[in-house]
This record gives sequence, structure tokens and C-alpha cells, in this order.
Amino acid sequence: MKIDWIAKLRHLLQVLAFCLAISAIQYAFTPERPYEIPLVYSLFIGVATWVLIDFGRHLFASSAASGWPQGLGGFVLTLAGSVGGHLLGTLASDSWFGWSTWESGNTRTHLRNSILITALAGIAASYYFYSVGKRAYLERQMAEASQHANEARLKLLETQLEPHMLFNTLANLRALIGSDPARATDMLDRLIAYLRATLAASRQTTHPLSEEFARLRDYLELMAVRMGPRLRYTLDLPADLGKLPVPTLLLQPLVENSIKHGLEPKVDGGSLTVRARRKGAVLTLEVSDTGVGLRPAAPGGAGFGLAQVRARLAAAYDKQAAIELIAEPGSGTTASISLPCAP
Amino acid sequence: MNTAAPTALIAEDEPLLAQALQAELARAWPALTVVGIVGDGETAVAQTLQLQPDVLFFDIRMPGQDGLDAAATLADAWPAHLPFPALVFVTAYDQYAVQAFEAQAVDYLLKPVQPARLQKTVAKVQSALANRAQGTVNFEATLAQLRGLLGPAMATNTAPLKLIQASAGTSIRMVPVDEVSYFEAADKYVRVMTPGHEYLIRTPLKELLPQLDAQVFWQVHRGTVVRASAIEQVTRDEAGKLWLQLRASPDKLAVSRLYAHLFKAM
Repeated sequence: MKIDWIAKLRHLLQVLAFCLAISAIQYAFTPERPYEIPLVYSLFIGVATWVLIDFGRHLFASSAASGWPQGLGGFVLTLAGSVGGHLLGTLASDSWFGWSTWESGNTRTHLRNSILITALAGIAASYYFYSVGKRAYLERQMAEASQHANEARLKLLETQLEPHMLFNTLANLRALIGSDPARATDMLDRLIAYLRATLAASRQTTHPLSEEFARLRDYLELMAVRMGPRLRYTLDLPADLGKLPVPTLLLQPLVENSIKHGLEPKVDGGSLTVRARRKGAVLTLEVSDTGVGLRPAAPGGAGFGLAQVRARLAAAYDKQAAIELIAEPGSGTTASISLPCAP
Repeated sequence: MNTAAPTALIAEDEPLLAQALQAELARAWPALTVVGIVGDGETAVAQTLQLQPDVLFFDIRMPGQDGLDAAATLADAWPAHLPFPALVFVTAYDQYAVQAFEAQAVDYLLKPVQPARLQKTVAKVQSALANRAQGTVNFEATLAQLRGLLGPAMATNTAPLKLIQASAGTSIRMVPVDEVSYFEAADKYVRVMTPGHEYLIRTPLKELLPQLDAQVFWQVHRGTVVRASAIEQVTRDEAGKLWLQLRASPDKLAVSRLYAHLFKAM
């Protein structure tokens, strides 16, 4: 456990200011006694209580994350710290003045007041430190979470705007402009739609399934120009499923994987099919190819695309969605997603 | 070798890009005849051996064998009495590859191919062909370039691997690296050979290489890494190819032309 000594010093100063305030209030109630008595008792008891609680909390395993013990531990710590701090602080003050609180005459009332003040002050101070610490902890957590989200978004964008794909597509466009301007225009329109969808995907969470299929068609058309007869594809979307909402560009990484790891490495190429089916309240989306199949350890980020689809399914549908990958070397790969949907 | 019109072969898996390169070449170098366009590495090697063009344009990313592997295979299979073709690599975006090309002074083209850049490549290739005609070309230099491109595969600074964990049925055999006489790539596996035993592991040779001590293990072929002290003798056959005879086994290992420089009498 690493202790932040600057924070501890700040806490000590705050405790001292708190003790001065309490002793001033006590002096206001009993102006006949010298100010030194409440001052010394308040300071000793306050500091002892602070030492016990503020250092004691590091002994609890559950305080590792937020800085405070979770549940009952926090309550027990405050109580034990207050009682212990009261005893130690009283003993220290007694030896300062050279008398004993426990043997003097007006023990009962005095002791009760003293304990009451310590308990209330201890609870108030602990609560104050706890809420300050908790706020800092929550702020830290929020900053971390937003950083993670930003990193994931950036990585997603990087994979979708993969430079190799982009420059090869541009090279094809450059070739078509001279030889076949009409086809070049069509290809450019597809590229624009693809780029627009990719950039918008980080803002929009869902879109209709028909929209998803239209974006896949843009991408596959671009790839078909590049790969020529090596790529054949089928998009199979029954008309009545077109309006169902799905997470934006959910299937894109699966289609990319099929091309990059299935069909591109195969000399003769092959075919790719994307299919949507509904059975009762379950929507099944399937991406299958006749490529080389998955190798034992697919290099070059097949894992990232799949992990990303998995994470998005978990975020959007919790445990109600599943993805299954069926791959045999040499006989292609099928990725199948099942989602809950309105029947 | 045809002295009149220079010839070229283009290996590019995207048909439009292959045609575009051919069209750009027709403008930049009208005398050049493109004798073949192929779409994968294996066909590129076979066609190059058959057509023996003067210039090769190899795409890096191709199905099957990639451009670099195809060039390495070609270097091995190329007849020793003929000058090796001038090699130009083509790539859309490979930061690592481009750096390697710069370092090895191998010419390369970035897609989309720009006419001005292609003109420079053409000038470079033309001067290389002129040197070759005067007999000053150095095949050894090409081999060194290819070796450089295929990677500083073996690291010397990281802690070398001590144990190979090879699965054997339901158990895992722990094979000390000190006992291994050679590693050989075989399809999806790597064969780990010790005197008297053979194990299979799934880790590709490319990933295994950086973990081996470069002083102890020598790469002698694209798919073979051998313990130097296990080699008993090196012989040259009538075709000029080097073969390794190991001490503790009857196996004979072929040495790729790329790595033949390792074996020279002191």
C-alpha cells in the first residue's frame, strides 16, 4: 500500500482546524474554565482519532479501490477509531495537565460530554473525508472509463479505415478514371457512402437492418472491383426484416474478416454470403465464406474484430445475444450471431 | 537473354491495378514488353522461371505466397548461369516494408502509382539492366538485399528460449533447446528434431526465430534453422547447391542460396 503523504498532511491540518473549532465551542459553553483545557483535550483526542481512522483504513483489503473500507468495515473503523482516539487522547491530555480524568469528582457528566463530543466530531469528520475521497475516486473512475471508450473508438476507426484497404481502393479508382469513368463514379459513390457510414458509426448506436445491409453492399462492391472474379457475394435479407434495429455496422468486422483471412489469401478466391433469418423472437445474422478457414492462430487482428463484435453484443443485449464461430481449415468460416428481436 | 526488347512480368492480384501498371509502363517505357501478368506468388515464380523476363514487378500482398516469399523462392530456383531479373516491389501501404526497401536499396512503387515516381523507377531499372549487359551485375548483392528484406529474424539481445513445449497426444513434452539439432517448417507445423526424436509444434518458424540464440542456431533455408555445432560437413552437388550433413543423424539439409554465404572455408 502506497500512502500519499501530501494528502495525509492536508487531512491533519483539516483535523487541527476542526479541533480548534470544537474547543472554541466548548469554551463558549464553559467560559469559567481556562481555554487551555478544552484546547488540549480537543487537539489530543482529535489527532489520536484521526491517526487511528485515517491510517487504519489502509489495513482493510476492501479499501484498495476507493480508499475506504466497504460496508460494515467503514462503520466499525469509525466507531473503534473514535473510542480508541478518545481513550488515547484523554490519557495524553491527562499527563499534560498532571491529573487523571477518571479519578476526579465530576467524572460522570464530564466523561459523557467528552465522549459525546468525540463521537459526533469523529463521525462528522470521517463523513467529510469519506465523501471527499469518494468524489475523487468517482471522478478518477469516470476519467478512466471515458479514456477506455475513446481508445476503443479510435481502434475501431483505425481498423475500418485500414490504410491498405484505402490506398488499394484509391489505386483502383485512379485506374478506372481513365478507362471507365462511369464505373469510377459508381465506385467513388460507394467509397463515400462507406466512409460516411464508418465515421457516423461512432455516434449512432443502432440503425435498421436494411441500412446495415446497404453499407455491407457498399463495402462488398468496393472489394468486388478490387478482387474481380475472385469475389462473389450474396446478401440475403427477407423484406419483412429490413426495419429491425441492429447495432451500427455490427456485421462489418465479420465481413472484413471473411475477406481478409478467408478469401484474400485463397488463390482462386471464393464466395461470401450474409444472411438474416428470424425464428420466433430470435434474429439470426450469418456471415459465411468459402475461404481458407481459420488457422490455429490467425495473425493480423482477426481476434480484434471478433472481440469487438462480442463486446458490442454484450453491451447492447447483455446475455441475450450470442456469437458462434464455425471454422474448419480448408472449408471456410461461418460466423453466426443470434439476437433477441420483436417476433 | 534477349538483347533487343526488354521484357517484364507483373505479379498483382488486383486485375485493374495490374492493367493500370501495364498501361503506365507503356507510357513510361514504350520499349518494354510485358510478357505476363499473374495474380499469385506461386504462379509468379513458375512464370518467371519459364519466361525469364528482365524486370519483375511483385506486389507484396498476394494470395498464397506473398511477394517477398516469391522473390526468395525465385532466388533459390534461378539458374546460376543467367543474370537475375531486376526486382521492383509494389505495395499500397506497408510502413515496415517501405522502410526495409529503403534500407536495402531495393526499388519499390507505392500504389496508386504516380507517373513521375514510375519514371524514376524506370530510369533505375534501365541503368541496372545496362550494368548487367556489361557483366558488372552482382547476384550476391541481390541475395544480400533479399536477406535484409526477409528480416533481421534472429535477435541477439533478448533472453533465448530454453525449453520447447511440444504437445504429444494429451501430454506436453518438455524438450530442452540444447538437445534440438534443427527446426524445419512443415505446412502448418514446425518439426523439432533431436537426435532420435521428432516433435511437432504449432508456433510458426517466423515467431520461433527471434527467440533462438543467433550464435547457436543458423537459418540455412526459409524453412530450416539448424544448430551450427550439429553440422558435420557441407558439400556442394553438381548443380552448385549446398547440402549439410549432420553429426548425429543421417538427414541431409538443403542450404538456400540466400544463406550460402554462411559457409566458406576459413
